[in-house]
Amino acid sequence: MNAADFPILSFMLAIPMVAAAVCLFVAAERARVIALLATLANLMLGVALWLSYDPAGAQWQFTESAQLFGPIGWKLGIDGISLTLIMLSVFLMPICIGASWHSIQKRVGEYMAAFLLMETLMIGVFAAQDLLLFYIFFEAGLIPMYLIIGIWGGQDRIYASYKFFLYTLLGSVVMLIAMLWMIQFAGTADIPTLLNTDFPAQAQTWLWLAFFASFAVKMPMWPVHTWLPDAHVQAPTAGSVILAGVLLKMGGYGFLRFSLPMFPEASADFIPLVFGLSMVAVVYTSLVALVQQDMKKLIAYSSVAHMAIVTVGLFTFNQQGIEGAIIVMLSHGLVSGALFLCVGVIYDRLHTREITRYGGLSVNMPKYALLFLLFTMASVGLPGTSGFIGEFLSLAGAYKVSTWATLIATTGIILGAGYMLYLYRRVAFGPQVNEDAAAMSDINGREMWLLAPIAIVVLWMGVYPETFLAPIRRDVANIVERIERAAPAGDSKLKAVDPTTARYRVAHEPTEKKAEGSH
Amino acid sequence: MDLNASLSLMRPELVLSFSALALLLVAAWRSEAGRLVSILAVAALVGAGAFVISFMVAGTNIAAFDGLLVNDGFANFSKILIFLAAAISLMIAPRFLEKVGAMRAEYPVLILLSCVGMGVMVSATDLVSLYIGLELQSLSAYVLASFVRSDGRSAEAGLKYFVLGALASGMLLFGASLVYGFAGSTGFAAIGTAMDTNVGLGLIFGIVLILSGLAFKISAAPFHMWTPDVYEGAPTPVTAFFASAPKVAAIALTIRVVLEAFGSQILVWQQIIIAIALMSIIIGAVGAIGQQNLKRLMAYSSINNVGFILIGLATGTAQGIAAMLVYLTIYVAMTLGGFVCLMQLKDKEGRYREYFTDISGLSKTRPALAATFAIFMFSLAGIPPLFGFWGKLVVFNAAVAAGLLPLAVIGIAASVIGAFYYLKVVKVMYFDDAADVIAESDDRVLVWTGGVLAAVNSPLGYFAIPALGMVTTFAAKALF
Repeated sequence: MNAADFPILSFMLAIPMVAAAVCLFVAAERARVIALLATLANLMLGVALWLSYDPAGAQWQFTESAQLFGPIGWKLGIDGISLTLIMLSVFLMPICIGASWHSIQKRVGEYMAAFLLMETLMIGVFAAQDLLLFYIFFEAGLIPMYLIIGIWGGQDRIYASYKFFLYTLLGSVVMLIAMLWMIQFAGTADIPTLLNTDFPAQAQTWLWLAFFASFAVKMPMWPVHTWLPDAHVQAPTAGSVILAGVLLKMGGYGFLRFSLPMFPEASADFIPLVFGLSMVAVVYTSLVALVQQDMKKLIAYSSVAHMAIVTVGLFTFNQQGIEGAIIVMLSHGLVSGALFLCVGVIYDRLHTREITRYGGLSVNMPKYALLFLLFTMASVGLPGTSGFIGEFLSLAGAYKVSTWATLIATTGIILGAGYMLYLYRRVAFGPQVNEDAAAMSDINGREMWLLAPIAIVVLWMGVYPETFLAPIRRDVANIVERIERAAPAGDSKLKAVDPTTARYRVAHEPTEKKAEGSH
Repeated sequence: MDLNASLSLMRPELVLSFSALALLLVAAWRSEAGRLVSILAVAALVGAGAFVISFMVAGTNIAAFDGLLVNDGFANFSKILIFLAAAISLMIAPRFLEKVGAMRAEYPVLILLSCVGMGVMVSATDLVSLYIGLELQSLSAYVLASFVRSDGRSAEAGLKYFVLGALASGMLLFGASLVYGFAGSTGFAAIGTAMDTNVGLGLIFGIVLILSGLAFKISAAPFHMWTPDVYEGAPTPVTAFFASAPKVAAIALTIRVVLEAFGSQILVWQQIIIAIALMSIIIGAVGAIGQQNLKRLMAYSSINNVGFILIGLATGTAQGIAAMLVYLTIYVAMTLGGFVCLMQLKDKEGRYREYFTDISGLSKTRPALAATFAIFMFSLAGIPPLFGFWGKLVVFNAAVAAGLLPLAVIGIAASVIGAFYYLKVVKVMYFDDAADVIAESDDRVLVWTGGVLAAVNSPLGYFAIPALGMVTTFAAKALF
């Protein structure tokens, strides 16, 4: 199964990079086609990766290792968690290119090059097995995103691009110092080795804080989330999709890959901090979202609220919570990406994001209204959509640790229903007060091709989540086993196993090999 | 050791000295010989560099002139870097100086003489030879700064540089005399031995004064005030030279003085170096924010970078010194590249432009130039995946290894302030509306030099990491 002879991850990194270089030198029409072909090729490779990934095989698969850059090892490899996030990236990229097909008319070659470069860096972040290599990919993403927001963004793009860049840079540089200390301590930058290194408890606290500074900004957690609404609102549609879809997931991935397994004691000590910030985020940003007049800003604040559920799930220290957090990340990547696309669809027609300028779109845009409804429901967490699975699992996991935190975090779902349905009502229902909005045409074939695949995956994840849980189950179990020694006691009074429900339980043995991906 | 053996260890400097004198004769007998002399001067630098490389390969580590100078791996590595930077400064200059009407044969000759001085500086192991090398370099530099005689700013820069430089030399000499008085010798090794036992107040004063004089030469805060004025006033190729070769020499000199003469008393000088480093980083970053002139911006950038380099010295370890040399190498490529881009900013009437407003929207009218300039800016800011990141990484790694965690954390956090103004350059070039004042560059040499330096600063540079690491470690070992 392990394709040792074919460096598939290096190819996935190289294809967009080469295509990016080519895009710089060709005309707009060509650049679009090249970018689309390159991202589709990467999607194909991603599917191949998924099909040949063995959930019961070695923990790290498709590993590559080369000593090209001295102390920076070119070490790649993925586990199930990386696999799902890489799949998310390669799935969203062709959609981003398609979303920019007509809306970007100036400097198309450079635009496509920036997006392709972004794809390389995103895959690199999730596939890097060397601490320094991870940092390089993690930080390098700032440059293309800075250019995307700054060149192709809206009115206040310059302020937003600066804020995005400097905020995230300041968060990350301290993490670099922590990484250097860890490399000194462990004598290696190899992530799998570091995962099994026990750092002294006192050092863990400082290291955890340094990593937290970076990932909390990236995530983003309250109160360092303020860059996100600005960046989202100003970025072009596809930029928002990538930002919400994948870049925010780097924060969660960082917590999962570094903070939890490398510093379990410190992570346990800081649970009150993480839960506290998350609770504030859920309630506060949901309320803020409720009063937004700008659609993109509303979705941006809802992202902060959803990411808070991810942090709650991650720091539960149990299987359910962490699995749920990963599913929320995947689901939010798809759903918020799709919602930004939905905003983009009507923005392309009317060139405003103001909610009051629309209304009654379900009359003249029925297909659009249906898809928008689906994604609204998925964002709310309606059973049958992907949002439900993740939120339910992470909150169920959180209940074992802190009933109060769960109680408050759960209000996020209610509030989420509030602001999302309110948004939907104002945009799609009600009287058609604006004539120009009433005259807009329904989505065309291209837009259908962008939204329909996401809709299918959202439903798939909601109806049969096992496809997505199977590859991560064993890796989450590894993390849980690693951090068990520091796991918090929890304040919930759970019954052992209720014999009346025991017969409904399904055993998910890691050895039970699912033919996932054959769907 | 007899004179011949000593002289043979100084072959690179001898080559340069005789070439400079011979080229003066050429210049005297031929009018309009600027270009020819420049080419010959580059050839002389290549010849001298060949000797240095042969010493380097042989692993020479021998004292010459009874301990006044030394020919070791550290000196040789610094010389290679210096000669390289000087050669690039020579290559990019002719067309620019011709345009401003100052292409005279003295320019390459002065650079060669300055290189002789720098060669002495990096090999000096005695306060007297140190001072001679420093002055030879500085005097050439004062003349170079005011090389465009018809330009008021250039003359002002030269005068300012001269007056403040003389003040710094005075401080250095005063410190040297104090150290000589209290330690009983001017040789680094003997001073080091004298400091092993006890450090009196007199010696501490001497150390502080010497470090202040050296801080002036490397334009570290709080002795940085001359830098923006001189960098702005001097002709751009001269500024490029100032920002590269003499900086390498002065930093190498500082390393050797600190480690060989004062090395045994790390507690005495370490806090001074830490203070200078942090001040340079912060002042270099904050001072640059309001600048409208790009050359002044580059001046603050060089102050900022010197701060990062000095973090390596604060560690006082071989790893730290090797890290400094790595950073210096990358810094030379970054800063020369930045100036090469500045030199291409010429409007349609052929006048040189150097303000932010001139590069507004440059990416739309001159995409290649804007892209190379952006690469240098991101590299100077230390953003991965550009090569400038590696320089910062090794320096901070050395600081972490030496246990200087607070210094590393403050330093790297302050680098974010610096990122702001590098980003501003990119912002003006990429996000703002096109001003369309900059014409197509007609200077192939500049375009190619810029391209090659940009390739070095791009992720391609990472392939040089193993070799660079090996050479710098070898060079740093010579001091321990």
